[in-house]
Amino acid sequence: MALDRFFRRRRPQQQASTDAPELWTQCPACKETLYNRDLDTNAFVCPKCGHHLRLDAQRRIHVLIDHDSFRQLSGHLHPTDPLNFQDTEAYTARLSRAQEKTGRPDAIMTGTGSILGVPVTVAVMDFAFSGGSMGSVVGEEITRAAEHAAQAGLPLVIVSASGGARMQESALSLMQMAKTTVAIEALAEKGLPYISILSDPTTGGVTASFATIADVILAEPGALIGFAGPRVIQQTIRQNLPEGFQRSEFLLEHGMVDDVVDRREQRQYIASLLGLLMKRSVSA
Amino acid sequence: MSTFSDTVRELEARLRDLEATARKTGQNLDTIISPLRAEVEKYRAQQSKAEAAPSESTESPRWERVKLARTPGRPTALDYVERLCTEFHELHGDRKFGDDPALIGGPARWQGRPVMLLLQQKGRDTKSKIKRRFGSANPEGYRKAVRLMALADRFGLPIVSLIDTQGAYPGLEAEERGQGWAIAESILRMVQLRVPAVCVVIGEGGSGGALAVGVGNRVLIQENAWYSVISPEGAASIIWKDATKAPLAAEALKLTAPDLLELGIVEEVVPEPAGGAHTDMDLAAELLGPVISRHLDELGKLSPEELKAQRAARFRALGAFTES
Repeated sequence: MALDRFFRRRRPQQQASTDAPELWTQCPACKETLYNRDLDTNAFVCPKCGHHLRLDAQRRIHVLIDHDSFRQLSGHLHPTDPLNFQDTEAYTARLSRAQEKTGRPDAIMTGTGSILGVPVTVAVMDFAFSGGSMGSVVGEEITRAAEHAAQAGLPLVIVSASGGARMQESALSLMQMAKTTVAIEALAEKGLPYISILSDPTTGGVTASFATIADVILAEPGALIGFAGPRVIQQTIRQNLPEGFQRSEFLLEHGMVDDVVDRREQRQYIASLLGLLMKRSVSA
Repeated sequence: MSTFSDTVRELEARLRDLEATARKTGQNLDTIISPLRAEVEKYRAQQSKAEAAPSESTESPRWERVKLARTPGRPTALDYVERLCTEFHELHGDRKFGDDPALIGGPARWQGRPVMLLLQQKGRDTKSKIKRRFGSANPEGYRKAVRLMALADRFGLPIVSLIDTQGAYPGLEAEERGQGWAIAESILRMVQLRVPAVCVVIGEGGSGGALAVGVGNRVLIQENAWYSVISPEGAASIIWKDATKAPLAAEALKLTAPDLLELGIVEEVVPEPAGGAHTDMDLAAELLGPVISRHLDELGKLSPEELKAQRAARFRALGAFTES
């Protein structure tokens, strides 16, 4: 397990600081310094304040899927630069940097595995890669995951974390919203359940496509979820936004998500829900 | 020359008219005047900024197209409907919350044949532009579209969708009522359609707000329209933290009709009168009408199952990546 590396290189337990990222993490919400091993056993939820830390794809799989059950489907698709996109930096340079940083070709990881023994197809987005933005590769991987689920007769679980469609692939990114919807629709036609988990943050073209057409939509506590970004809205209406605007709890109150589920309870929740939806019998 | 300053002048003239009316009649027109004044001030600020910086638009042929797509007097969806349709019955409301004047529709005869229209309508004068939020729809607009698509499916009416929006409306209430959800539901409903759907970007095709009614068996674009994942101003704000760099962003985004044809996003570019559709609305309509009719004819030969499968395959194939 990649996570084991976090605990191998121990340093003397001096004061926690940013120079020892392997051992300590500061909670972005309460600023408490947290021992990484405690975070790991707590699904990367701050034990002090309950803040749900953002997870990269690897950690997300680690906290959601039964250990040793995960078989990766993604990894063979690589982004290209169809528009030869150039702004302050070339898109290809941005991609290389993100790939080096995350160790994956794009902002997504998909595969099969089980959640408390219930087999699923799973796709998790990686916000650490270019803000989890959806370009052709993310769209294709989501699509293939849904197609795999339909073909294998498995339910689909997608964990979103994305700033939206990827600007650098312009209209091609936009079209991924329709493409992923085609695959999700085909899965629904097969009578297989799809559960969408919205994590912090989920905005833009991901909110406006596959993430919100699920059979059941769950949100992580405190996650920013919306279509337009808060800054754009503020510029439009020229007023301050209300407290908690576009947070999970706000969306629950407005009837847009089915429930807000603590990360530490998600495995139990999803396994049970899928058991019911798929009418699996349980041994008494 | 600049269409940008034309816009500002037009807005300023309207503002003066409204203020005069308010004074004369003693009516309180603040709800109309305030947003307009804000708009004018925004434009003025942008204009002075743009004049201070060396003009980038001359180096950006794509930005010239964007400006054409926004030229005052460019035909709106209803201008085409008036010239090409008879018996348009605008059906109002989403039957859930309200009626959105930015996205309208209903059954009509398109050059003689019954169709279901979905129209992003920007408004033709200042008052109606404000009322229609310059074509930026709220969730109830997309939910109305979903309702009309269900109606089209039920009665076998082909869909004609005219796209013209800078994007879905980024408002507080829009978010409260699930803007993202509404767009996603509209995309999904279009995927499910068992009738032909022909979509044409007639001006601006901004982001998910445009795609929501853009999942057609055929997607076309007019010569001087644009279609992109984000508006040039939006992209410029993100990249350079400066909306006046929009011309540079327009180049990078490859958002013009020829670009989109090359990328395989659209099937066909619909020609406009020389100088742009605004120079001759009647001719623009004459050029658009038969193209849509031709696609409807072709699609009319497919069965409901084939139509759904063709549309799914069309969008399934879009994307650029390598596989190892």
